[in-house]
Amino acid sequence: MKLELRNITKRFGQLTANDHISLVAKPGKIHALVGENGAGKSTLMNVLFGLYQADEGEILLDDVVQQFSGPGDAMAAGIGMVHQHFMLIPVFTVAENVMLGHEQTTRGGRLDIEAARQLVLDVSSRFGFDIDPDALVGDLPVGVQQRVEIIKALARDAQVLIFDEPTAVLTPQETDELMVIMKQLRDSGTAIIFITHKLREVREVADEITVIRLGKVVGEASPTATNTELAEMMVGRAVQLKVDKGPAKLGADALVVESLTVLDPTGMAVVNDVSFTIRAGEIVCIAGVQGNGQTELTEAIMGLAHHVSGSISLDGESLVGKSVRHILDAGVGFVPEDRTEDGLVGSFTIAENLMLDRSHGAPFVRAGALQLKTLTEFATETSKEFDVRSQGITSKASQLSGGNQQKIVLARELSRDLKLFVAAQPTRGIDVGSIEFVHKRIVQTRDSGIPVLVVSSELDEVVALADRIAVMYRGRIVGIVPADTPRAVLGLMMAGEVPAGVAA
Amino acid sequence: MSQTTTPVTSTVVLKSWKAPIAFGIFTVVSFVIFILLNTGASTNFRLSTESDFIQLPAIDLPALGTGIFVTALLFAMTVLSFFFSNKGKSSPIWMISAFGFFFMVGFLTWAGADGSILIPGLLLGTVGLSIPLIFGALGGIISERVGVINIAIEGQLLAGAFVSAMVATLTGSPYLGLVSAMVAGMLVSFVLATFSVKYLVDQVIVGVVLNVLVLGLTSFLYSQVLSKNTAVLNSPPRFDRIDIPVLSQIPIIGPVLFRQTLIVYLMYIIVAVVAYALFKTKWGLRLRSVGEHPMAADTVGINVAATRFWNVALAGAIAGIGGAYFTLGSVGAFQKEMTAGAGFIALAAVIFGRWDPIRATLAALLFGFASNLQNVLSIIGSPVPSEFMLMLPYVVTIFAVAGFVGRVRGPAAAGKPYTKS
Repeated sequence: MKLELRNITKRFGQLTANDHISLVAKPGKIHALVGENGAGKSTLMNVLFGLYQADEGEILLDDVVQQFSGPGDAMAAGIGMVHQHFMLIPVFTVAENVMLGHEQTTRGGRLDIEAARQLVLDVSSRFGFDIDPDALVGDLPVGVQQRVEIIKALARDAQVLIFDEPTAVLTPQETDELMVIMKQLRDSGTAIIFITHKLREVREVADEITVIRLGKVVGEASPTATNTELAEMMVGRAVQLKVDKGPAKLGADALVVESLTVLDPTGMAVVNDVSFTIRAGEIVCIAGVQGNGQTELTEAIMGLAHHVSGSISLDGESLVGKSVRHILDAGVGFVPEDRTEDGLVGSFTIAENLMLDRSHGAPFVRAGALQLKTLTEFATETSKEFDVRSQGITSKASQLSGGNQQKIVLARELSRDLKLFVAAQPTRGIDVGSIEFVHKRIVQTRDSGIPVLVVSSELDEVVALADRIAVMYRGRIVGIVPADTPRAVLGLMMAGEVPAGVAA
Repeated sequence: MSQTTTPVTSTVVLKSWKAPIAFGIFTVVSFVIFILLNTGASTNFRLSTESDFIQLPAIDLPALGTGIFVTALLFAMTVLSFFFSNKGKSSPIWMISAFGFFFMVGFLTWAGADGSILIPGLLLGTVGLSIPLIFGALGGIISERVGVINIAIEGQLLAGAFVSAMVATLTGSPYLGLVSAMVAGMLVSFVLATFSVKYLVDQVIVGVVLNVLVLGLTSFLYSQVLSKNTAVLNSPPRFDRIDIPVLSQIPIIGPVLFRQTLIVYLMYIIVAVVAYALFKTKWGLRLRSVGEHPMAADTVGINVAATRFWNVALAGAIAGIGGAYFTLGSVGAFQKEMTAGAGFIALAAVIFGRWDPIRATLAALLFGFASNLQNVLSIIGSPVPSEFMLMLPYVVTIFAVAGFVGRVRGPAAAGKPYTKS
């Protein structure tokens, strides 16, 4: 089935998320839709899938204009979607998730679970998946959950399949497997729309490429285009994909973590016997697929985790069991992985956000009263230094773009006297320009002799920033390797395998 | 790179000492009260009513002997529970139930010393007090499973009680009264559903406001209208007791479960139907999906708003039946504030029952038992001060919900409004 979008326009208030976008997806082809975060890719797909209604434009299937008032209509017309955030119910089984929305029933209205199980097994066997239809989805690894999403779409005979940023949560190996599946689907005649911002993947599978920027189609590219060409189309100017950094000037051991174990409330060891050392003036990156204990590791360092055993010491001072306040005062700067949830208060101004973790005394608070003049001066100066683009320091943080929000968090943390800097997913969901800036500041921090711990699930970022790389898998550090380790080796380590010759 | 190994994850067990400590406290209490403060000689337990076909003999339990026996047994179970916790296991549910049962035997023997306790009467009262709680809890479960927190159970019960009394009196038919109670509960739900689903108002606030509104409205109408025309407006006919042949002759449970009114039999059916339908039918699957992950439900073509709206309405109708039981099943006339917090205890039963119809029914029975124990003991004149006994149902509720539930997980999206863009 051929899918065509004509002049799709979608506005949210003042913002035009999609501005007259047109594209054609043909059967047996993979059409890549690339663009930066916030370029309007997901909005476009939600329009196509009936979740949003377009303000202008039309959707055609095999040259027939379609009217979708909801996802049910889109599915009935043969469009399936593999969502970036899986649309699966964790407490349901695989079979229940697949049958939801078009349930078959037997006598007395009883759900026909057996038919759904059979359907799951049929579709699985066609693509060589090994999936237990009775497993609870919440218990499955993310890679398998994604296959459940694919099965869900195929079980409804989808002729057009949309993959919305499908590789964001996968290991490199799982990504390769997904590419194989996509090619298999293409060869069986399905039209595929593949949304991503990872250029390597585009060049590997795409037959056609459409690039969008700020809600508009900026051009089409052939799969033979280079990374740099594609990146320039996405960003609209020349970009530097490599981080400029000199050799590290290593000092003494600064952060020493020994046999650190963190338990979750059920007694699972989410961080399991982890030991590593960061020297002054060094960047250590924790690589790994999200959800392998990185979050809990940073929380343990910041004193946010419960049930922590083992030792963490910074310049000889133990941090385990200390309060968050104490740890901040000890000179630890922290960029949390979810900036809107943990890094900022959205309804506060830029200035207020800049003093969030310094509300305990001078210079911003004296005798219990805020020193607004000091704060204004400080905020004006740091916003300029960190290139926070806004209407002014009294703008609300929630009104800024992700990149500018992240710069505020960075400004707040780096403007204190630090002895350790911890940045979790520092560039997640921000634009290329801001990424360059954040990376530059992290390297500057290192060069000023501060030990830096970066947690990232983007392998490109890890390779670009790190002086040494520690790979985490299921709560353990699989190995600590030099920054020039081949990606293939890192990929294997992210899947939990310890290549021979690597010190675990 | 040829040789590879995979690290193994391990689970470290967190020990929970909640159960053994609670057991220990109750064992000490039982030692002090049942043995040291023991005054009477023996307690007479009657197991049959006079109208029973099969007569069971009454049992005389010696007060001191029972106290010592029960305390020893409780002590043994406490030790066993410490043993379980030390090994990182939780105390099994049968042990908690047995502990409760024996403590209750000890307590009744002590409290009823030198008197006589009619066991079927105690249980009959338990069922009676539990009926509104069970209907309320079912309403709560359906509503929360679909993602709308139902604080308004109290209001739904009260509205059902008020309207059913009036309609049944005016029409002379308790059946019409029952139907009107369902309508009244549903109307309260419509307000809850409209504000929470359509206008995205905080569900807890709407629920609380609805409770206050229904309370104020019924109290006002009662004192201004009903109490002045009691004969015309507030003397509803009650449902007749129906004895089920054979079943009602079973000793102890026969008179308790099968010599009841229509509303009680309706309760058995509705609990069974909801328990089945929630987990085995299309309706239940869709309802639960909307309460867990509304966006996922939306992407497979389920209308989230309509599903929420109509199921909250259904929840109100079921809670309304519970309200009708107050007037058409037990008391026989509407009184001001007659639900007296039953809606909130029903809410506790929802949580204690982990959003499961059968478990919540059992929880409601436990709370009903605690309330009725207070009634029975104040009649036979127990040594416990009556003010303390009045606290009992609420104390049991707090302990049950806070102590033994631990970490329970409700529907993930309960309380969260769903919007698309």
